[in-house]
Amino acid sequence: MSTASKTNTASKTGTAPKTGTAPKTLSDKVWERHLVHQAEGEPDLLFIDLHLVHEVTSPQAFDGLRLEGRTVRHPELTVATADHNVPTTDIDKPVADPVSARQLEVLSANCAEFGITCYPMGHANQGIVHIIGPELGLSQPGMTIVCGDSHTSTHGAFGALAFGIGTSEVEHVLATQTLLQVRLSTMAVEVEGDAPPGVTAKDIVLAIIGRIGTSGGMGHVIEYRGEAVRALSMEGRMTMCNMSIEAGARAGMIAPDDTTFEYLQGRPHAPTGRLWERALEDWRSLATDEGADFDKTVTIDATAIRPHVTWGTNPAQVVPIDAEVPDPSSFADPAEREAAARALQYMGLTAGTPLREVTVDTVFIGSCTNSRIEDLRAAAAVLEGGRRVRAGMRALVVPGSHPVKAQAEAEGLDKVFVAAGFEWREPGCSMCLAMNPDKLAVGERCASTSNRNFEGRQGRGGRTHLVSPAVAAATAVAGHFATPGDLA
Amino acid sequence: MKPVTVVTGRAVPLDRSDVDTDQIIPSDWLKRVERTGFGAGLFSEWRDDRDFVLNQPQYAGATILVAGPNFGTGSSREHAVWALLDYGFEAVVSPRFADIFRNNCTKQGLLPVEVEPTLGRSLLDAVAADPALELTIDVARGTVEAPALGMTGSFPLDEFTRDRLLHGWDDIGLTLRYRDDITAYEGQRAPWLPTVEGAG
Repeated sequence: MSTASKTNTASKTGTAPKTGTAPKTLSDKVWERHLVHQAEGEPDLLFIDLHLVHEVTSPQAFDGLRLEGRTVRHPELTVATADHNVPTTDIDKPVADPVSARQLEVLSANCAEFGITCYPMGHANQGIVHIIGPELGLSQPGMTIVCGDSHTSTHGAFGALAFGIGTSEVEHVLATQTLLQVRLSTMAVEVEGDAPPGVTAKDIVLAIIGRIGTSGGMGHVIEYRGEAVRALSMEGRMTMCNMSIEAGARAGMIAPDDTTFEYLQGRPHAPTGRLWERALEDWRSLATDEGADFDKTVTIDATAIRPHVTWGTNPAQVVPIDAEVPDPSSFADPAEREAAARALQYMGLTAGTPLREVTVDTVFIGSCTNSRIEDLRAAAAVLEGGRRVRAGMRALVVPGSHPVKAQAEAEGLDKVFVAAGFEWREPGCSMCLAMNPDKLAVGERCASTSNRNFEGRQGRGGRTHLVSPAVAAATAVAGHFATPGDLA
Repeated sequence: MKPVTVVTGRAVPLDRSDVDTDQIIPSDWLKRVERTGFGAGLFSEWRDDRDFVLNQPQYAGATILVAGPNFGTGSSREHAVWALLDYGFEAVVSPRFADIFRNNCTKQGLLPVEVEPTLGRSLLDAVAADPALELTIDVARGTVEAPALGMTGSFPLDEFTRDRLLHGWDDIGLTLRYRDDITAYEGQRAPWLPTVEGAG
């Protein structure tokens, strides 16, 4: 693919806001409208519009509040759900793992004590935290959104400034509804031209990560721009922004437009009537101004992107499906060469093997990256016409939330999956990070629509390859990596 | 947080790039609701390998971890910092830290010592060659040194973070100095912004 890059170091001088009428980027605008306090030699104090909470990164924060006798400043700007630990079968029965069960109970108890709305396992609104915010209409343009989870970048798809925080910061937001933040640099990723048919948002973002690497976005907010990004649905935009953190960027953003507004209108927490009109007017002013400077710009040709598959143990170790497993000696950088050799050993792969010849044991369709209704439709479309999962293959579909599950069932997608040999599960993070019983065994190879192919991420010794929902479904049928077009 | 001024000790070389937080503390450990006891889970999958550097007796008792670039990528889990501290580390040296991990470190008093890549490489080699080598990291001066080898370098810490570390200040307490600013801000938020009332 043709690429170009420039770095504008001159404009990166400090944290002071760009004042006056100088053209501003989307992230500058959102940042500046949330400034509570600014002082020389201190990070900016930003107001947080929405704080999403889940069971894993919050218990110690609530303990901290109790220890200091503090309260939650804005329970009504805080929403909790159970997602990381929840089993995806038998959710009407007690959680079998006592440690997980306790963590889920502690979340509900903490929310009750501090007056926070909580959607526990089985609740009609429960689901992966980054699925439910958007579908409830809580994630809106121009907001600041945080969560003790690195994939909070997902909500940037709405033109919100959204990023992951640690547990100490969770406690800080609970207590003050603000966060101390050093101003981030800006990075434009321009995806020019139209992506070819069969190339999804997942493939575009994997291509970007492959290009800029796991540290390419460190210290930056990425703004995804260009025709290929504008052409994406909200689901696709969320997939892209979701994986910003895999390129090292805490936040990824896309300017809100009619696609955004159509998605939002009528959702439970979206404004209505006069307020909708006022909001719309405001949201239309958020896009990056003509002539605004980014600290860094990367340009990618969408027309050259193909479906992508990771081969290694970080998301930047990725190639088009038409390629072969790379030879570590082909990397010029010694650290990359060594990392590649280590990755091939862990993954049980031989350099030079065509990706399409790599056979797979498990297919996982789910996670905050790819478990929305559009993802499930794309996967189900591949299975239409009586296609069956390859004999011996384990194949799971884990919808992102109960509303996604209900919608999919209303469309009959569950029947398509089950008829093809997939298991149709209850919502949660599931095998993306294997905190619940859905895990890979040692040496098991998985085509996964999730976001991290780290060692052991889906279970100790498990081997993860990141793909789009369409490639995951085609791979389930073929038994090896395949695109829908490969199926006879 | 306890104040951190100077860290002096022996170091462990972890010569890998892109050490993600799933490796530092695997997700099985995240089910715990306490803040303590995570040291046993530190690098637990890698520690199954007898040759892994933390299993080598010559590095027992070291308080500084020297790693390759892109340390702490991936998940925002602060458990990674708790695990490193609980195990006995007081500082991590790397040419580049992931943003969230670095932030989490400074909230807990684990020093993220970001050094020039060439110094990072030299320190890895020096510590691998001599497990008894002592390093000194000085927060106020922003320096890392291996006096026995005459090696010295600097690392960045913004003024605010440095002062917080030196005094062990609590972020929330500092922010609450601006309580009036927060209240003033709250009074002028856009009326359409969403709220969620009641217990779901």
